[in-house]
Amino acid sequence: MSDYITGILLLTGGFLAIIAGLGILRLPDVLVRMHASTKAGTLSAGLVMAAAIVYFWELEVLFRGALIVGFLMLTAPVAAHMIGRAALRTGAAPDTRDLTRNPRQ
Amino acid sequence: MSGAIFLAWSIDISFVALMLALVLAFIRLAKGPTLADRVVGLDMMTTLIVVFCGVFSIIANDRTFLDVALVVALIGFLATVALARFVERRLNRRNREEQS
Repeated sequence: MSDYITGILLLTGGFLAIIAGLGILRLPDVLVRMHASTKAGTLSAGLVMAAAIVYFWELEVLFRGALIVGFLMLTAPVAAHMIGRAALRTGAAPDTRDLTRNPRQ
Repeated sequence: MSGAIFLAWSIDISFVALMLALVLAFIRLAKGPTLADRVVGLDMMTTLIVVFCGVFSIIANDRTFLDVALVVALIGFLATVALARFVERRLNRRNREEQS
């Protein structure tokens, strides 16, 4: 049973990693690309660490996994804030195009 | 499908997905129009290497790789902060040279 849980967590983590990669390549602007890198990337890391915790099922692995995920969730907003401030000051204007497929008139 | 076979298949699939995401982030790192784009791509690649260490600890059945993941996460945060400050400081220096 724990094999199935580990596999499903791993597959979800890999899927989110692909979504983050596609977002960082395809989105139009620096300030929009940071969303893909920070949110989807951090969630992918959390899911894969949960898979490792379920796979080993020991107390020290639980502590290490919780430490890694907590550290990533603590530092990703700080790093994204610093990159965003630097990008805004070097002249990256927020993109105000309407990105929906069928914009309402 | 038994549990072990499902686990092996899902490890392989997530490995391929991680490599694909790393390649996409590297394309952004090489292509990025501005320096901030490259910093975002590098930050993303660091997070993906942390994920890679987690998957590899399951493949190798060795929990030492989780320590590697923790250290890579620490160093990646430091690198991102240093690069962001470098971008800002370069702009400040350019402004000061224009004033003087």
